[in-house]
Amino acid sequence: MWKTRLIALGLLALGALIGWYVIDSELTGSRPFRLGLDLSGGTQLVYKADLSEVDSAQTSDAMASLRDTIERRVNLFGVAEPIVQTEKGGALAGESQERLIVELPGVTDTEAAIAMIGQTPSLEFRLLKVDAASPPEGTPLEQIKDLFEPAAVTGKHVDKAQLQFGNGGGGLSNEAVVVLDFNADGKQLFADLTRDNIGRPFGIFLDGVLISIPVIREAIPDGTAVISGNFTPDSARELVRNLNFGALPVPIELLTTETVGGTLGGKAVENGLLAGLGGVAAVIVFMILWYRLPGFVASLALLVYVLLSLAVFKLIPVTLTAAGIAAFILSIGMAVDANVLIFERMKEEMKKGKNSHDAIKDGFARAWLSIRDSNISSIITAIILFWFGTSLVKGFALVFGLGVIISMITAISVSRTLLLALGVSTESKIGRFFLSSGINI
Amino acid sequence: MIIVTYRKVFFAITALLVIVSIGAALIFGLKLGTDFTGGVLAEVRYQDAKPSVEELSTALQEAGYEGFAIREAQDNGYIVRAGNITSEMRASLTQTVSLNDEYPATLERFSEIGPTIGVELRNKSFLAISLVLLAILLYIAFVFRKVSKPVSSWVYGLIALVTLVHDVIIPIGFFSVLGHIFGAQVDTLFVTAVLTILGFSVHDTIVVFDRVRENLRLNQEQNKKEDFELTAGRSLQQTFVRSVNTSVTVLISLGVLFFVGPESTQDFALTLIVGIIAGTFSSIALATPLLVSYAKWRKA
Repeated sequence: MWKTRLIALGLLALGALIGWYVIDSELTGSRPFRLGLDLSGGTQLVYKADLSEVDSAQTSDAMASLRDTIERRVNLFGVAEPIVQTEKGGALAGESQERLIVELPGVTDTEAAIAMIGQTPSLEFRLLKVDAASPPEGTPLEQIKDLFEPAAVTGKHVDKAQLQFGNGGGGLSNEAVVVLDFNADGKQLFADLTRDNIGRPFGIFLDGVLISIPVIREAIPDGTAVISGNFTPDSARELVRNLNFGALPVPIELLTTETVGGTLGGKAVENGLLAGLGGVAAVIVFMILWYRLPGFVASLALLVYVLLSLAVFKLIPVTLTAAGIAAFILSIGMAVDANVLIFERMKEEMKKGKNSHDAIKDGFARAWLSIRDSNISSIITAIILFWFGTSLVKGFALVFGLGVIISMITAISVSRTLLLALGVSTESKIGRFFLSSGINI
Repeated sequence: MIIVTYRKVFFAITALLVIVSIGAALIFGLKLGTDFTGGVLAEVRYQDAKPSVEELSTALQEAGYEGFAIREAQDNGYIVRAGNITSEMRASLTQTVSLNDEYPATLERFSEIGPTIGVELRNKSFLAISLVLLAILLYIAFVFRKVSKPVSSWVYGLIALVTLVHDVIIPIGFFSVLGHIFGAQVDTLFVTAVLTILGFSVHDTIVVFDRVRENLRLNQEQNKKEDFELTAGRSLQQTFVRSVNTSVTVLISLGVLFFVGPESTQDFALTLIVGIIAGTFSSIALATPLLVSYAKWRKA
């Protein structure tokens, strides 16, 4: 008896400890809940990769490099905790597709997000024709195309770009300039081009606009070029970034976008929290009114279930969505099911004249088969749901499945130990009242 | 047990409910959401006054939107659904819904689903529902494999399947009415709700069947001859309070979710509430009585 009571106390202490962890890690922010985009606000973009030019053996390489490129790009824009992942899909729509999923928490401007990903800069070099006058910088290529002839070296030959201040010469020591390093091919082409065209203006176009038109003063054999295009430090930095991380290995096409504003998400969290608390409270009231002492014990087990689940959500971590919160609230209602099964069984055993201790033990033993078989079927459903899932449904399925497992564990461990530890005797009238249920005493 | 004795009355009630639901689904039809058809969904919130539905319609029409639907949203807003749009239309969406800043507005939620994704999700939904049904049939046949008299374990599985079909049809009928009156649309969340109902209902049915199994075994051990109708009735009687109470606790938490939970899961909660009631009803008034009818029919 005392051993059971010690274990029961230990379980409650453990529950309290878990509760403390959940609250503490949330307040100090050491391990907050991971919220899905629909709750935290943000944008999800799904792209289809066009792999028609890629050898099928290299598909996964191409996708990995696409993911890396986009990831670098997104990181540079300072998005906190972005998720970039690839996915195979479309088999059920009759066309297999390689997809790229980009999640950008906190980015609530869809257009800005699309621009952030989709901006592939094009850098072009053109030589001004011999008899033409230099057009002003900032002129679109369309209007002055006839004045230029294509150069052999192109943006593809740029190996990397760097930001520098002042060294570009021209007296303005603080001017931001962009230094280009050409790759091996580019180095040769650029050396030839500069050697053969000394004295001619060399037009540099970014995204179809003339940004700089320096005059070639001498042959440049070392494969570096300096662009001084009246940059501000910011615009120079942006150009460097786009040049370094710009070119996507394969073209991509936007399939779906999903954006949720921060306020809407915040409100959903607030309502979800309220619904969760309300749900727990309402279920506890019902359980205590109907099942009395066992109902109270089941309520303690329910609280342990809630805290344990929340801790598991934090530790795995599970990304909580509105659907996930709904699953959790649903699971609160279902979590007491195992208890209800056990209590009804216990009552039957007591009717047969067993004392409380045996009734509790046998009630648990008899209910176990039902609990096991019915919960396994719920777990099967959860697994299929998880597979079916878009990220929204996956969140639901994961929470639902975890809830079923955790509630089964808490019901058979916590409720059982606590009931046995209380050791209410069925000999006395009061003891009988507390252990029975319903309206008939 | 009264439900087993008068099972035909309950079969009639069930049949009526199913017919009404199918009728509703046929008459009103299910409105497929953008998840399945492809298209855009935008939730707009207005800072001060909001335009009337007519004004917004005109603005959308002028901007080139076709076949769109406007639904009132909480907190001074609208939810607009439309087919797929061009990227220019997307870029100027805030302009369009604010009627060129006449009614200052912010875009709270925006999603666009490509047509292929829609088809894929639709097929996936059917596949998921079929898979759940199949998995449950196999699972029950397996778990009850030791029970063969007087009804084979496959029949337990098949009857569970029949009750599940009932549990799916009722919320579908209900949702088509909901769609007709409030413009609710069938989306992935609805499919999730249906799958959850399947899981819950079979959970409930298994508990009753498990009791039948146990009582059959006890009878055998004690060499007691009991008519199957009585055994089944007794099992139902013994599990009745549990079935109702579990549903009550689930309905309590779903009720709270519906009334105070996030707006985005309200239709979902309502579908679940209807489905859970249907599921509880079917596992009490349909599953075991069907088992008895089958046993009698085989005997005859």
